[in-house]
Amino acid sequence: MQLPRQTGWMVVRQLRNLMRQPIWVVMMVVQPMLWLVLYGQLFSKVTPLRAGAGSYVEFLAPGIVCMNAFFGGTWSGMGMITDLDRKVVDRFLAAPASRLAIVLSQVVRAGITAMIQSLLLLLVGLALGVRVHGGAVGWLVVFGASFLLAAAFAGFSNGLALLFRRPESMIATANMVGLPLMFLSSILVTAALMPGWIREISRFNPVNWGVHAARNAVVVGGEWGTTAEFLLLLLAATAATSLFATWCFRSYQRSI
Amino acid sequence: MDAIVAEDLRKRYKQVQALDGLSFAVREGEVFGLLGPNGAGKSTTVRVLTTLTQPDAGSALVAGEDVVRHPNRVRRAIGYVAQDSGVDPEATGRENLMLQGRIHGMSGPPLRARVDELLQLVGLADAAERVTRGYSGGMKRRLDIAIGLVHRPRILFLDEPTTGLDPEARAGMWVEVERLAAQESLTIVLTTHYLEEADRLAQRVAIVSRGRIVVEGEPEELKRGLQGESVSVELQDVDGRLADAERVVAEISDNVHVEGNLVRARVPNGAQAIPVILGALDDAGIDVAAVTTARPSLDDVYLHYTGRDFAREDEEGR
Repeated sequence: MQLPRQTGWMVVRQLRNLMRQPIWVVMMVVQPMLWLVLYGQLFSKVTPLRAGAGSYVEFLAPGIVCMNAFFGGTWSGMGMITDLDRKVVDRFLAAPASRLAIVLSQVVRAGITAMIQSLLLLLVGLALGVRVHGGAVGWLVVFGASFLLAAAFAGFSNGLALLFRRPESMIATANMVGLPLMFLSSILVTAALMPGWIREISRFNPVNWGVHAARNAVVVGGEWGTTAEFLLLLLAATAATSLFATWCFRSYQRSI
Repeated sequence: MDAIVAEDLRKRYKQVQALDGLSFAVREGEVFGLLGPNGAGKSTTVRVLTTLTQPDAGSALVAGEDVVRHPNRVRRAIGYVAQDSGVDPEATGRENLMLQGRIHGMSGPPLRARVDELLQLVGLADAAERVTRGYSGGMKRRLDIAIGLVHRPRILFLDEPTTGLDPEARAGMWVEVERLAAQESLTIVLTTHYLEEADRLAQRVAIVSRGRIVVEGEPEELKRGLQGESVSVELQDVDGRLADAERVVAEISDNVHVEGNLVRARVPNGAQAIPVILGALDDAGIDVAAVTTARPSLDDVYLHYTGRDFAREDEEGR
């Protein structure tokens, strides 16, 4: 099978390039870290917000992990645009490269980046008093949720990159769709405090699937059945957006 | 068998009819030049033939396979070197080559051997482990060519291989292409807007203008088709003898004019005409300082077939 093989080698390329500039993985996580520290302090006295967590920081940490993964995914199309500009994509397309493999390599890169960053964020959280109540499984669930959340939105972002081929248009569109999803989720406040209509909408929000899974792992330390369901939903979303991006190659190839 | 047969290709981008019924054929094993000014449709032609994009109408067979119906079969038979380098600047020369080989399904020792061989061939063995961001323009171009060759294609497309290179690197690239054509027994299709490049490298050229092929043939044949060369005779001293010289030369050529102390004549064949002209001038006692013959260039060919000036058209197409 060509697809897994090509995807594998293209992922190797992505990770090698990532490792040559490891500073970016850290730079991108500085801001979410600040939010974790500042918000964690700001709302530390507002008990209802934390919804049973030991502290607001503990409630917030899985949310910030997911927010970071989601933003990372949303921006992932920049990598595709860079490759388009450098004609690396054209070179692959004139060779028998699978379009899905080209997309998946960006998607996996976004996922792995988000996973590394979620580790960094959780370590900062630990220093602030966060406890991962799900133990080893809990850590794995957080990594899985951040990987899949980034991957799902990376597919979407890469599709936009192929449609627009310009960073400004891609980011503007990604933010237009992305930012509302962040506020229609329980990243900052528990679902119980949301107005009813937002709560209803949030059930269909992929960001929220990730937040629920990660929060089950960190705060609840259980409910693995629903957690698995959320992760599967995210996996399905990743498949759908990756296929969408692959389909967007048609638009790109018509334009050249 | 023809390596490439393009028939009546048409493609329109929003405002521009890039290809307007373009047809040509490339024979197996030859270096074929698509020559034309900027914006003539050369790169679009190459993108259609390399399956990067599809024509609105018309058909093309590359290595015997239809570019629309069996793009992957075409892709296995061709190497493509884009106008802008397709090199990944974050990766080393070797990594770029290895990945391209793997996309073509190569692996293990045969791939490693082929990559080593190509790095030698294009003179990048010493730079192979360096990240290509630091390569010069000429080095990147040579790596591009190696990338296009990694799977031993039958046909290599070089889209503007020397655009953006300094004269020295361009001369180097010409030598490279000539060597490849000889060594790898390739069919090479190169596009260029440099007349002298097509003249030097291509066995046959097709002149492209506004999405069509204007004329196709061997450079020599095209130039010969214009009939004649110009011979310039520079006289030793100007005073008094210029009119005599003009009269003498006018008996040999019916197209003579005088400029300064130069007598220019249009003749069917310069090599044959020069001794005759010199002999006649000598008989008339006129001393000659120098004699040169200029053959019609592809510039003249372009002007002849399109009625437009190549350089001006090239500038406007930018």
